[in-house]
Amino acid sequence: MNNNSYFGWTEAHTIYDISQILFPEIILAVFAMVALIAGVYGGKDKASALILWITVGMFCLAAFYIGINGGDTNTAFGGAYIDDSFSRFLKILILLSSSVVLIISKDFMIKHKLFKFEYPILVTLSVVGMMLMVSAGDLMSLYMALELQSLSLYVLAAFDRDNVKSTEAGLKYFVLGALSSGLLLYGASLVYGYSGSTLFSDISLSADGGQISLGLIFGLIFITVGLAFKVSAVPFHMWTPDVYEGAPSPITAFFATAPKVAAIGLFARVVHDAFGGAVSDWSQILVVLSALSMLFGSFAAIGQRNIKRLMAYSSIAHMGFALMGLATGTVDGVQSMLVYMTIYIIMNIGVFSFILSMEKDGKPVTSIESLKMYSRTRPGNSLALLVLMFSLAGVPPLLGFFGKFYVLKAALNADLTWLAVSGVLASVIGAFYYIRIVFYMYFGEEVEGLDKTIPMVGQIVLIGSALAMLFGVINLFGIEAISEIAARSLVN
Amino acid sequence: MENLLTIMIFIPLIASIILAVFLRGEDRVSQNNAKWLALVATVATFLASIFLYAQFDPANTGFQFVEDRPWFAGLRYKLGVDGISVLFVLLTTFLMPIVIASCWEVDYRVKDYMIALLLLETLMLGVFCALDIILFYLFFEAGLIPMFLIIGIWGGANRVYASFKFFLYTFLGSVLMLLAIISMYIEAGTTDIVVLLNHKFDVTTLEIFGLRVVGGMQTLMWLAFFASFAVKMPMWPVHTWLPDAHVQAPTAGSVVLAAILLKMGGYGFLRFSLPMFPFSTDLMAPLVLWLSVIAIIYTSLVALVQTDMKKLIAYSSVAHMGFVTMGIFCVNQQGLDGAIFQMLSHGFISGALFLCVGVIYDRIHTREISAYGGLVNKMPAYALVFMLFTMANVGLPGTSGFVGEFLTIVGVFKVNTWVAFLATSGVILSAAYALWLYRRVVMGDLIKESLRTITDMNSREIVIFVPLVFMTLLLGVYPSLVLDVIGPSVQALLVNYETGLIGASDSLTSVITH
Repeated sequence: MNNNSYFGWTEAHTIYDISQILFPEIILAVFAMVALIAGVYGGKDKASALILWITVGMFCLAAFYIGINGGDTNTAFGGAYIDDSFSRFLKILILLSSSVVLIISKDFMIKHKLFKFEYPILVTLSVVGMMLMVSAGDLMSLYMALELQSLSLYVLAAFDRDNVKSTEAGLKYFVLGALSSGLLLYGASLVYGYSGSTLFSDISLSADGGQISLGLIFGLIFITVGLAFKVSAVPFHMWTPDVYEGAPSPITAFFATAPKVAAIGLFARVVHDAFGGAVSDWSQILVVLSALSMLFGSFAAIGQRNIKRLMAYSSIAHMGFALMGLATGTVDGVQSMLVYMTIYIIMNIGVFSFILSMEKDGKPVTSIESLKMYSRTRPGNSLALLVLMFSLAGVPPLLGFFGKFYVLKAALNADLTWLAVSGVLASVIGAFYYIRIVFYMYFGEEVEGLDKTIPMVGQIVLIGSALAMLFGVINLFGIEAISEIAARSLVN
Repeated sequence: MENLLTIMIFIPLIASIILAVFLRGEDRVSQNNAKWLALVATVATFLASIFLYAQFDPANTGFQFVEDRPWFAGLRYKLGVDGISVLFVLLTTFLMPIVIASCWEVDYRVKDYMIALLLLETLMLGVFCALDIILFYLFFEAGLIPMFLIIGIWGGANRVYASFKFFLYTFLGSVLMLLAIISMYIEAGTTDIVVLLNHKFDVTTLEIFGLRVVGGMQTLMWLAFFASFAVKMPMWPVHTWLPDAHVQAPTAGSVVLAAILLKMGGYGFLRFSLPMFPFSTDLMAPLVLWLSVIAIIYTSLVALVQTDMKKLIAYSSVAHMGFVTMGIFCVNQQGLDGAIFQMLSHGFISGALFLCVGVIYDRIHTREISAYGGLVNKMPAYALVFMLFTMANVGLPGTSGFVGEFLTIVGVFKVNTWVAFLATSGVILSAAYALWLYRRVVMGDLIKESLRTITDMNSREIVIFVPLVFMTLLLGVYPSLVLDVIGPSVQALLVNYETGLIGASDSLTSVITH
């Protein structure tokens, strides 16, 4: 191993070193392939449950491995793969959230005859893609990782292949995703052309010192647009509501959590590692994306009666907030983005574990009217959902407020006052549709409500996430310190 | 007992958790258990606050019973009371057992109701005790959740509209305050209120979109805080959520809203706007004075034409809060003393008036004034209590209402005689609407068929009113009880304000001479 003089990274050369650094990714990729073969030869869907549980176990072990290892920054493949605190933080988040989503989705998938053995395998493949995304240190590895993740997600969106809406969602996602990939590639080629390298650390050298060539700026813009598609920032959000609505609910839950983390992590990686010297150039693009996402996400959600579409717009608004943190271009900003995403994931998993259980006469329903007076039949679940809704709205003392607090603090610190003002105004508008769900549950008129049954796992996750919202106020579960280390490793 | 404040604040919370976790069933017995537990918890909180008050030293103008523990992100869990906040704490703990007792007849989702009220008490006490500005914001905002539910679940026919309006109005006001709070954190580097009280916030003139902002950051922060507190108060013209919320809220909700929640706005002005932003306060005071006087006259006139009793009292609350803002923004001893006194006395009087409406609403199930008349024939005790509080609302000497109004008018007379002149006319108007209401509801012959069988107050209701009557009269004839406690702290606040003002003007002139 030798040290990179510019960033102080340790570069791995031998196969042994590389395999140690990439150990989680390699193991997961191998596992996916082995599981695929085992599934095909092992009597197809009979093995689904086993594969799912092994996948969950692998995810947790990988997260554990990443958690106990490291501290310093290592690179492999000549800097194309970066293993630092930032990527480790995001990987753990991705792995844990994916495993929870897998666990809560099992009952739903079985009930609706969607429980094919490919499901956990596709999730594993996309998770490997995401892990590589947040570790990408080169435009090539970026694109490969992104495509590995996206292709798996396209298939997952169309997983309910006999359902028109699901196939439509898959196709729509694929077409728009391909478009965004095209834009990203075009941007990457411009960047390569004007900087002479695909390596982030080399690009950053030519984009340093305020002198940045016009071609590089164009490349930056196209890459930003491509990534904005992935994080579903306005005005590149059109696919989100349709895909969320069409995809089977567990897959929507998956879309709303891990890929968002990976995409924004990649976003942060590109702007800071490759264009760290040109903060003022990309910051203004992010400011616009962030403000539009927050405002549009909040306004558009008001008209939604379908809870999955509503959560789609809500995720657009939330990504706007995360982008606000990123737009500051500071360590504080990245830290606030990480804190925000962590809290957002916990909230979203809770809400989706409830959405998965929304059934009427055995059929899944998604209209928010069906929640009317739910508090009469299931007071405990309603209370948990109430806590999550107020937390999504950002009302203290719930954890959602602290996510907003961090982001707003970073924004005001970086003199993005108007962005902060539009953010809080958007959160007031957003509060309207969140508390409307509370209104349906607690003081609507009585109708024939949802079925009372809710799977045990979903129940535990729902209540656990609500409790996390309440007890996080004590010390944020210590994520403050970890996220700061992670942010410092990204921004130098 | 160095964590007395924590214990006091969290007694209701613990009681509400016990209720939520251990109490099951909807039958009469479990409902009664919920009510009794809530009553015991609120009384225990009251006793704790009495204990606190007994050890409180009014001559010490600093914060007492301070608790200070690190939280996260540089924030602190810091609590403490001074001469101003200790009385609001007492007001809250004193009124809550009465509020709980007043909803003894409720039989819809009693457990949830008690949990909401207990949670609300914890949050209200937290607001008055918090010495960390984020902690303050936390308690201040979190109070919206239980109140939203109280109005929404147990409210009247149009409760959905009222609860949404209440929530969104106040939320909008406070998010702007949040931005100001974060800016203060960034500028001063701390969220400790004690340090912030002595921090000189920047007053250099700024230009925003070609608009010159005199006082710069300080004025912007002042405006953001004003947005929040003016909505909470509520001041004209952002008062429109209050009549809706009051009319739709259940009796207990109205009492808490009028007696305690509205005081958070006034408390906020005293704790933040005046001492932290003296320059901008000085700059904006005339505006606030005129807004207050408009509030007093306009809402009094609006109160005159109301046909709903609760709405009438709600508008009269807005008018009385106008006296409070007027007193606060005179920034002199009489004005501030009067404002604080008025807030406390309004807590008792408006609370009692809403309870009075509740008494007859429970019997006839309407709040229309025209549905009543001649109640004195059947309800003599009620007529007496209602009479007393009507008079106190008007500001009759001998009741606590008089002292507050008198002091604020004296205070404003020193600053602006026109405002004082017009505000005094508000006193006459308040007599007009309050007495007219009383005549229409209580006096005359009992001719309405529906009222023939109405019964006088039962012993529970009488017990509820006794402490309120006692306090109203006691403070009316012996105001020193309050003024001696707040006096030193108010004086210290004024000294702090004056030095801050001089410091800010000095820094401005030094900038100009450069």
